[in-house]
Amino acid sequence: MLKTFKIGGVHPAENKFSADKAIEKLALPKSVFIPVAQHIGAPAQALVKKGDQVKVGQIIAQAGGFVSANIHSSVSGTVKKVDLATDASGYPKQGIFIDVEGDEWEDTIITDDKLIEKFDTDSKTIIDKINAAGIVGLGGATFPTHVKLMPPPGSKAEMLIINGVECEPYLTADHRLMLEKGQEILVGTRILMAALGVNKAYIGIENNKKDAIGRLKELTASESSIEIVPLKVKYPQGGEKQLIKAVTGREVPSGALPIAVGAVVSNVGTAFAVYEAVQKNKPLIERVVTVTGKSVSKPSNFMVRVGTPVNELIDAAGGLPEDTGKVISGGPMMGKAIASLDVPVTKGTSGILIMPDQDAKRKTSQNCIRCGRCVTVCPMGLEPFLLMTVSERQIWDRAESDCIMDCIECGSCSFTCPADRPLLDYIRLGKGKVGQIIRSRKK
Amino acid sequence: MSKLLTISPSPHVHTSESVNKIMYRVILALVPALVWSVFMFGLDAVRVTLLAVVACMGFEYLIQRFMMKEEPKITDGSAALTGILLAFNVPASIPSWIIIIGALVAVGVGKLSFGGLGNNPFNPALVGRVFLLISFPVQMTSWPVGIHAQTDAVTTATPLAILKEGVKAGQPIADLMHKLPSSIDLLYGNIAGSMGEISAALLILGFAYMLWKQVITWHIPVFVLGTIFMFQGGLFLLNPYKFIEPVFHLLTGGAMLGAIYMATDMVTSPMTHKGQFVYALGIGVITVLIRNFGAYPEGISFAILIMNGFTPLINVYLKPKRFGGKN
Repeated sequence: MLKTFKIGGVHPAENKFSADKAIEKLALPKSVFIPVAQHIGAPAQALVKKGDQVKVGQIIAQAGGFVSANIHSSVSGTVKKVDLATDASGYPKQGIFIDVEGDEWEDTIITDDKLIEKFDTDSKTIIDKINAAGIVGLGGATFPTHVKLMPPPGSKAEMLIINGVECEPYLTADHRLMLEKGQEILVGTRILMAALGVNKAYIGIENNKKDAIGRLKELTASESSIEIVPLKVKYPQGGEKQLIKAVTGREVPSGALPIAVGAVVSNVGTAFAVYEAVQKNKPLIERVVTVTGKSVSKPSNFMVRVGTPVNELIDAAGGLPEDTGKVISGGPMMGKAIASLDVPVTKGTSGILIMPDQDAKRKTSQNCIRCGRCVTVCPMGLEPFLLMTVSERQIWDRAESDCIMDCIECGSCSFTCPADRPLLDYIRLGKGKVGQIIRSRKK
Repeated sequence: MSKLLTISPSPHVHTSESVNKIMYRVILALVPALVWSVFMFGLDAVRVTLLAVVACMGFEYLIQRFMMKEEPKITDGSAALTGILLAFNVPASIPSWIIIIGALVAVGVGKLSFGGLGNNPFNPALVGRVFLLISFPVQMTSWPVGIHAQTDAVTTATPLAILKEGVKAGQPIADLMHKLPSSIDLLYGNIAGSMGEISAALLILGFAYMLWKQVITWHIPVFVLGTIFMFQGGLFLLNPYKFIEPVFHLLTGGAMLGAIYMATDMVTSPMTHKGQFVYALGIGVITVLIRNFGAYPEGISFAILIMNGFTPLINVYLKPKRFGGKN
């Protein structure tokens, strides 16, 4: 029996159209917009100004605190301006506009594809390199990786879990990366293990990616410290807590971080970025992005420089289909609908999903028939119908005591509701409010 | 770019399930039992069912349109389902005017007075049935003989009523056995009873369909029937002269119809499996108590209504197991 998490979960149609499409390098854009806040935590501080010449890999914004990340130029050229522009969140964010001229890289970066396996195992050296390279979690949460690698005093990492689940429908970026850059991911995994001082790593992969499981198993055949764990397909298995439960059986307590059960989780994309940073001195300036959708003529996986406008990716995938109704940055379950195709790819962009008109709009919501399906599918064991009602009626103490803050916003409840109720919309509202109340109490 | 894109929060995909599909699947699951009742009771079964469905939908339309002043939602299938279940819960010979009153009480009082679908604390069809049973006890307990029966009698008694009368008269169970139908007759439904409750086998067939289509889970029906079996089995073992063996109680009266189609009504049953267990346990225990010790020969409709009343309380106290929680 394949492992999986125990409570809840749904099975949306997988629609992985681009699973057999090799990663292509996307042509350089004419200009990029690189936001200074591409991660959770404090925005980075811009180091360049209008008119500066920059090279690929040059640091252009410095981390704004411990929980923050450096930002590097993904292109070479001239800084046009440092200004506000809309990113995928829909809000204007500060960022650096660069006009692309040529493709001149920093000298320290090794640009060939040769695999380098040996590395300095000193934890501090590794973490400093990762910190300098501005690496953040590439699964979508964009939490700065160096912070994860320095567990708070009193807690000790026992294992590393590499997240190759990619449970979001449509997306195939991690899948392709595991197939094509398996060796690099494994070196990255070893580097992360050394940084944490652990001697066990698990790579969790859902069983709909049998080729990737096979490939990584083959590469780790003689290596007992890295174990490939095939998982039963079930959304949201890529959720950190769900993955830890599936792989180890351990349950991260409510309100705690994975380190509470001795686990640190990183995405396969992050492991690859760590490899490039430590072995090739290459900061995080590009990532794999899936461009897909039912009407997209050429669903693809692109290696894209950070800051590239989304419409360049769509053009490369055969152009925007006639019947486009919605464009999503990320997957269909947790991605954000974007209002403009000028927004840039950032470190956290795993995919661009184009949905046709008929799938773009929600159906009218009906009365709750109390079928309990939202309760059954909630992977956190919550009662979404109740959390929606108390949020709607602003009964915040009840929302808090019924664990609204445990919600991981996976969307399984809204997905499954036969009455099409906007459960997660209201729960998000409630989470925001209850979070505010909790923070104000601490002051 | 000229085209405006739709913006909405995630998730951006949705299951193909809907309230309407759920309702129509339950109705489909009831069709075999309906066909059987037409076979057993002839056109009377068609008359009662049609009247109940049309009356339920009609009253729902009129009340929503003119009293609640909202867009009528009769196409969601819930009113039609209430109608069918109400028809299934009355004798096929019921006068037309009584079934229409039942429909008005079921939909008007049982459902819409609380705000419509999803807000009613009690199963509407059962509210209608119990109202009729208390208001028109004679008509509601005159059971027609089947159209294929070789007899001149017009009415007959249900197996549960035969049992109740016998036990009341102090006869031991063994002496009653020859008056009661065989288990085989009970199973496929060659017995007297409410229109839709007689064929246990066809009701179970509908149950299998609903499980396959994931309309309901197995928990409530299995817990209810299991409780009836265990409790009645215990009584039987204690005193087999006074109490009949438990399978008889599973196959007679409204046990199957109640456990599979009425107790599982989503609106009025608890959310978690833990809660459903307590709820089903209550239904089973109360049913057996009424059938053995109460004034009525049958008690599952009362049992379900009583436990419906406990559902909000059960939902408050029996929460799902939280991920990473203490319990």
